[in-house]
Amino acid sequence: MWEFLIPLFAATVQSGTPILYATLGEMLTEKGGVLNLGVEGMMALAALAAFWTSLVTGSPWLGFVAGGCAGMLLASLHAFVCISCLGNQVVSGLALTILGGGLTHFLGVPYVGLAAPGFDPFDFPLLSQIPGVGEIFFKHDMLVYLSFVIPFLFWFFFRRTSLGLHVAATGEMPAAAAAVGLKPIRLRYFAVMAGGFLVGLGGAYLSLAYTHLWTNGLSGGRGWIAVALVIFAFWRPGRAVVGAYLFGGVMAFQLRLQAAGTHLPSSLLLMLPYLLTILVLILSAWRGRRIDAPAALGTNIEPEG
Amino acid sequence: MLKIRKRDEPWKWGALVVFLGALLFSLAISGLLLEGQGKDAFYGLTVLWQGSFGSLWSLEDVLLKAIPLFLCSLGVAVAFRMQLWNIGAEGQFALGAIGATWMALSFPDLPRFVLLPLMFVMAFILGGAWALIPAFLKLKLRVNEIISTLMLNYIAILLLDYLVFGVWKDPASFGFPMTPEFTEGAIIPGIGGSRVHWGIFFCVAVGVGLWAFMRFTRLGFELKASGEGARVARYAKIHYGMLVLFVMGLSGGFAGWAGCVETSAILNRLQPSLMVGYGYTAIVVAWLARLEPLNIAFASFLLAALRVGVENMQLKLQIPAAFGTIMEGVILLTVLAGQFFLTYKLVRKPRQE
Repeated sequence: MWEFLIPLFAATVQSGTPILYATLGEMLTEKGGVLNLGVEGMMALAALAAFWTSLVTGSPWLGFVAGGCAGMLLASLHAFVCISCLGNQVVSGLALTILGGGLTHFLGVPYVGLAAPGFDPFDFPLLSQIPGVGEIFFKHDMLVYLSFVIPFLFWFFFRRTSLGLHVAATGEMPAAAAAVGLKPIRLRYFAVMAGGFLVGLGGAYLSLAYTHLWTNGLSGGRGWIAVALVIFAFWRPGRAVVGAYLFGGVMAFQLRLQAAGTHLPSSLLLMLPYLLTILVLILSAWRGRRIDAPAALGTNIEPEG
Repeated sequence: MLKIRKRDEPWKWGALVVFLGALLFSLAISGLLLEGQGKDAFYGLTVLWQGSFGSLWSLEDVLLKAIPLFLCSLGVAVAFRMQLWNIGAEGQFALGAIGATWMALSFPDLPRFVLLPLMFVMAFILGGAWALIPAFLKLKLRVNEIISTLMLNYIAILLLDYLVFGVWKDPASFGFPMTPEFTEGAIIPGIGGSRVHWGIFFCVAVGVGLWAFMRFTRLGFELKASGEGARVARYAKIHYGMLVLFVMGLSGGFAGWAGCVETSAILNRLQPSLMVGYGYTAIVVAWLARLEPLNIAFASFLLAALRVGVENMQLKLQIPAAFGTIMEGVILLTVLAGQFFLTYKLVRKPRQE
């Protein structure tokens, strides 16, 4: 039993990691009051940017940062269209996904099948010795360990720093925030771009640590799952961790079932994460506390005059 | 310094200017992309233009691709009008194709005038039912329809895969995932000797029907009123829930019809190559057309032309098909940004002394 479960849980942590980065990125964006449905396209382009940078420079760390920057670059388009030009946030996010997916396929053609230096797993000193827990959480790559810290940083940012409080204020009541002298436009730009950077890190994980080689369609719906998880998590980082690992678990489980050669056709197994997303939305709506959503989420700030 | 001012009266030709501006801008971006790939941008855009409009053959191709786009975007636009974010046209399209195929494979010997209507009815029912799932979830449990319709897209495509790789696979296909070819009765024929098929008249009928429905019926009026939001609808004593179900069913049914037409007239069988993203392009079309049926016809034609032109570029310049997707994304983003100028204008701000 444990021989099966421990590797499964370890794989869960690994496949949950990119989703965790992306979920926290979208959560940060939404905390500032902007809905960004471009996550899927941002992850795809970030995965390519990370792969390309690592291939050219030989440094996976530079690749990781490049992934974040690619996510931020696309996010800045969304910020410009929605915050400065008051474009519809839903449609702009969709446009971003279309653009990001297109760019990734277009620019990625020469690299299909190539391998780039990435992050390899290593045993975390001491902690990997703990029976069970060590096997599951501390025999991964550096980016997984980094992802353990980010939810705490996220929490600290919104609870203990004034910038975090200001960002949350523009997500709740931009008019009131402006009235007390904050700059809601600038704060929203910050939320969208910083969130885009985090989403990009999730995309970078896919090509640098998950596969090490370039194939098309790496994001495979993970971006949309991240958007759904923000709702599931009621905009709280702790629950985002639970949600991301839940999906990581289903993806790992589904892969293992396929490898074990069950009678179930693979197309039906592949449906599992998408069915689970709907189920998760139903569950969170059923337990629903809409109050948790930032009050101004999805509404643009109209200029006066 | 510049300052933002609300326009006192709407900018008369604004929408057209923004639309043309977006087209030009996306052409400029694509030129840059071509140069970045070491191709001559001007030559590339000539190839694009000639691919779309250069010959009768390519014009036929454009019309053929405009048909499914038109039907899908009509569906998308009806839902968007009510602020129902149905992003699921792609999946509803797949379900329509599955419904049509189901009938075509079940009753291969029926004559055309019985079998084709049967296929259309089943495509509408399955496409509509697929859209009713998120509608129910939204009404009963307040589940966000953007994500549920999207997830259903992935599920629908996998369902299609499951069918063509499994129960519906043609035993004579040498292992390729496809159903047997349809019998003559299940195929929409071409008009005269051309490749353009009767589906185009079906589009006209559906478009005019929808326009008349919105213009002349009480339900159509209510639908427009509810576009302003659920609260307005309730003030006007409209049963919002029923209207949501009706609109989502209609929206999915239209996409289902597109799937039926495409399977029957173009592929003559069900196979995974059916899914080329018409459902997503439909969102671009609907938004470009500002959700108006007549504009949708025009915008479908234009984006179909883009697809056909890019195919020509693929052939002559070895450009990946994703080039067209990039242009779609750029056009949509530019239009969204440009629409700012329809309500606001920038005026010179007097320097404060």
